[in-house]
Amino acid sequence: MIEIQDLVKTFHRGSVNEVLALAGVNLQVRRGDFITVIGSNGAGKSTLLNCLAGSYPIDSGQIKIGEREITRWPEHQRATLISRVFQDPLLGTCGPLSIEQNLALANRRGRVHGLNKGVKRSDRNLFRKQLSQLGLGLENRLKDSVGLLSGGQRQALTLLMATLVKPEILLLDEHTAALDPKTALQVLELTEQLIAEQHLTALMVTHNMRQALQLGNRLIMLHAGRIILDVSGDEKSRMTVEDLLEKFYAVRGEEFVSDRMLLV
Amino acid sequence: MTYFAFMGALEQGFAYGFLVLGVYLTFRVLDFPDLTVDGSLPLGAAVSAVAISAGIDPFVSLLFALAAGFCAGMVTGILNTKFGILHLLASILTMIALYSINLRVMGRPNLTLLGKPTVLEPLTNAGVGMFNAAPLLFGILSVLALLLLFWLLHTAFGLAMQATGANKQMITSQGVNTDRIIILTVGLSNGLAAASGALLCQSQGAADVNMGVGTIVAGLASVIVGETLFGHRSIGRALLAALLGSLVYRLAIALALSLKLGNFSFTPSDLNLLTALLVVIALTLPGLRRKVLRR
Ligand SMILES: Nc1ncnc2c1ncn2[C@@H]1O[C@H](COP(=O)(O)OP(=O)(O)OP(=O)(O)O)[C@@H](O)[C@H]1O
Ligand SMILES: [Mg+2]
Repeated sequence: MIEIQDLVKTFHRGSVNEVLALAGVNLQVRRGDFITVIGSNGAGKSTLLNCLAGSYPIDSGQIKIGEREITRWPEHQRATLISRVFQDPLLGTCGPLSIEQNLALANRRGRVHGLNKGVKRSDRNLFRKQLSQLGLGLENRLKDSVGLLSGGQRQALTLLMATLVKPEILLLDEHTAALDPKTALQVLELTEQLIAEQHLTALMVTHNMRQALQLGNRLIMLHAGRIILDVSGDEKSRMTVEDLLEKFYAVRGEEFVSDRMLLV
Repeated sequence: MTYFAFMGALEQGFAYGFLVLGVYLTFRVLDFPDLTVDGSLPLGAAVSAVAISAGIDPFVSLLFALAAGFCAGMVTGILNTKFGILHLLASILTMIALYSINLRVMGRPNLTLLGKPTVLEPLTNAGVGMFNAAPLLFGILSVLALLLLFWLLHTAFGLAMQATGANKQMITSQGVNTDRIIILTVGLSNGLAAASGALLCQSQGAADVNMGVGTIVAGLASVIVGETLFGHRSIGRALLAALLGSLVYRLAIALALSLKLGNFSFTPSDLNLLTALLVVIALTLPGLRRKVLRR
């Protein structure tokens, strides 16, 4: 169980560029939840994930994973519980290192990186087996440097790395947005497969409403740094893209009205 | 070039080899431009000279130098990661602080080792000539250092070190504290620079507080010359190229100094100019070669 309480995050606090990116987010994630996250540009989706992962310090609020209160943990420490896949395929893997070396690093996530051999022979068999499920032929290219791979291949590898050691929660931030449609679909299928097989808890940001409805058991919509919709189970499966758009324009409309009221 | 000049260049090339391997670690692997070495090389010389003068075994004095350099490098790493000071500035701060510290260590601007034992003694006692002993011993030691680094870079720590230089976000999300990696690696690099200083002071017979001037430029020149001539496709290749680069650099300098054009010849004071020229040539050569080949 992951508990997020009153999460507030402001960028450039106190300056003219001040942005209230998260305006008090409350969210309880149950074990095994696969939550899709939608919202307009600048709604705060990436900021929410970054604050969870510890990339930015937060202004106030509390984050708990199980019994552990991780609000003050630095990013690398949170990585022992949280793994992530970024929108940019270059960000999740290390280009100059080989495929097996990248996997070896991921295989030690949360453990000490000491003076033992980086890639052990026994690791290689595991890596080959894991890579073969991707169906990309990477199992025969263990020693190739990751910089030689395509964006889609790198993203698939990142996904594998993120799940090699089972995380308490997997964060996906538009991880297929930078890929061509066909590759995006493949990576998405792989995502579903890995989450289902390992019963992972996951938060997935997407701009595709149909996708957001199709995948996962729960959906949240963010707007102006707040969660304005949280549906799960049957309620979610009954929803249509039109319903979502209606919700979306409803908050937009409100804003519109209040703007007009300000003008008057 | 005379035989003695040649062996002298080899001696210097191998002695500076440690430094060059260290510079390769910071500049290339960690992507951390570190100028601390201008202070940690003479620190190593000072520590070694003082230790030997106090009757400590010359080989043990090398370890002292290494440890002192390691600490100096860690200071730069800590200034950068914990205090948020820009890497370049952090290293300059440590470098200038070391100038004062080195004077304190020696108690005077220079310290001679005349008549004191050095690491070369076992070899010269066994009948190896002075001009061969230094290149031989320093060669063996620097190759050992190279092998150790090759091993280190392939350990889990070494992989994390490489990833810290290439993609900080990635390695942080794999649970690695990059601050710690940076502090240890910059420490190691300066430990190597200090070892160079210790060897140099023992072969030259003196430690001097000013012997570090231009160290970083010479180190970088060696790395770049090595990469240009010998490539850097794999870690092993890059390490070897760095060490060979150190040799080529010292040979090139020795060659330039022995050059006579009519009644003009270079003097040691032209060294910095020559180094700068050499770096420019090495940096532009790959581009030039490509252009020429394309035509
Ligand atoms: N590093 C940052 N520095 C300053 N402002 C930021 C930063 N990151 C985000 N913001 C601001 O915070 C707000 C929320 O941004 P965020 O990236 O979380 O939106 P998002 O929902 O992920 O949008 P998108 O769908 O475009 O990715 C925006 O107004 C954005 O300009
Ligand atoms: Mg975003």
